[in-house]
Amino acid sequence: MAQRILMKGNEAIAEAAIRAGCRHYFGYPITPQTEIAAYMAKKMPKIGGVFLQAESEIASINMVYGAAAAGMRVMTSSSSPGISLKAEGLSYIAGSDVPALVVNVQRGGPGLGGIQPSQSDYFQATKGGGHGDYRMIVLAPASVQEMASLTIKGFNLADKYRMTAMILADGTIGQMMEPISFEDAEIETYEKPWALTGTNGERKHNVVNSLYLKPEALEVTNFQRYERYKHIEQTEAMWEEYMMEDADICVVAFGIASRVAKNAIVAARQEGIKVGLIRPITLWPFPKAVLNKAADQVKGFVSVELSMGQMIEDVRLATECKRPVALCNRCGGMIPSPDEVLESIRNAEKGVF
Amino acid sequence: MKTTQILIAGFGGQGILFAGKFLAYKGLLEELQVSWLPSYGPEMRGGTANCNVIISEQPVGSPIVTSPDVLVAMNLPSLQKYVDTVVPGGQVYVDSSLIGVQVARTDVQVFYIPATAMAREQHIPTLANMIIMGHLLQNHPELSFEGTATVVEKLVPPTKAALVELNMKALTLGKEYTV
Repeated sequence: MAQRILMKGNEAIAEAAIRAGCRHYFGYPITPQTEIAAYMAKKMPKIGGVFLQAESEIASINMVYGAAAAGMRVMTSSSSPGISLKAEGLSYIAGSDVPALVVNVQRGGPGLGGIQPSQSDYFQATKGGGHGDYRMIVLAPASVQEMASLTIKGFNLADKYRMTAMILADGTIGQMMEPISFEDAEIETYEKPWALTGTNGERKHNVVNSLYLKPEALEVTNFQRYERYKHIEQTEAMWEEYMMEDADICVVAFGIASRVAKNAIVAARQEGIKVGLIRPITLWPFPKAVLNKAADQVKGFVSVELSMGQMIEDVRLATECKRPVALCNRCGGMIPSPDEVLESIRNAEKGVF
Repeated sequence: MKTTQILIAGFGGQGILFAGKFLAYKGLLEELQVSWLPSYGPEMRGGTANCNVIISEQPVGSPIVTSPDVLVAMNLPSLQKYVDTVVPGGQVYVDSSLIGVQVARTDVQVFYIPATAMAREQHIPTLANMIIMGHLLQNHPELSFEGTATVVEKLVPPTKAALVELNMKALTLGKEYTV
């Protein structure tokens, strides 16, 4: 058996990033993700890396932009209000086609909100946040092991597609400890001929920029970028299916909500209700095909979320409204109990959505 | 499939999170599945602290303990807040030097341990938590007392190596205490 160690979710992200070759971390503290910065502050100086606590979130994302333009594996991390501050930088990074890893360990909002776990930045992560036409690859870990493995995956995908990969976690997964192993880590490296590394007088200048004053040229960059996005949508969606073989009801949940949902599904199965789970691991690209296929099998869906119902819109789009979708939700830092999810499953079984 | 859901609660500074880590590491040593979830709200900055530990033969679903099989209460507010959430047939560990009341429920097993007084007497005033852990291990064969030294060595930072022996002393005190 692989050697297992106990780690907090936040620490697992930091350790995985270092193993993935990240040597540049820029951040600003905020609960509930500060352990990431603390871990980096301790480790980076010992391995020749850079840890820098910037004067603000806005400064830190622009430092990420700079290091990314220079071809470095670079990351920042924050929690909900801090990610809002980084939104401008995320748009610039997208417009410049440079790779970065950004972690959002979500807390309740809007505004300063609270510090307890939440999933209410789903729209912000998957639909934009910053201005302009752009996407981020959004990865939603549901365990400490996935905090590590998806961080590594995130760096790989960011470099592969020259874009931001976001880890969309929540306070629970960030703070909890579980056994993890790093033995299966698959670290990919990519050539970055576009990076600003100095010409040595031997090649033309590389330019990293998001400003295009000629609309024709700007349109071309958008069309090209969306070709890439289309390819990602077709090839990179990840999900987990749980007890779906004979399911009449499909619960859709990611992150901590999926953990609670699994308890409820086990309890519902004991009552004879045929219910399963589809857990999106990538929120963008959203696993549309598997959900659309499930819509031909089940009589309805239950979207379990720590928000007022954000992913539910993507569930409806993916399933083309072929079946009803109920919402089981808590928000503001509250988490649905397995009993609350079970009640929604029972209602769905009775045809009440 | 055996799953034990444990809730440890008390004041900040009583080593609530440390005690939870100890149990989680012990579970790991026994090659069980474990999760450890601390409270991280404003309360832990000088008020009540609690932590959820799940030890299971199966992968852990939700890490949140809503109906504990085991409650460790290290102060009165924690006992009052959580005692009714314990499953019937569950266990309640009470630090009886800090909690002057008896548990009214008759459908749970209660262990009164004057851990804070014992710790003070033995000049290990900060280790009441581990006295209770020592006693708890006695009642949980799936965790057992064996190998606890390895766990303590893992948890205590090298700069505080002297604490290993003191933690072991506290655990042994708890183990040998008869309610």
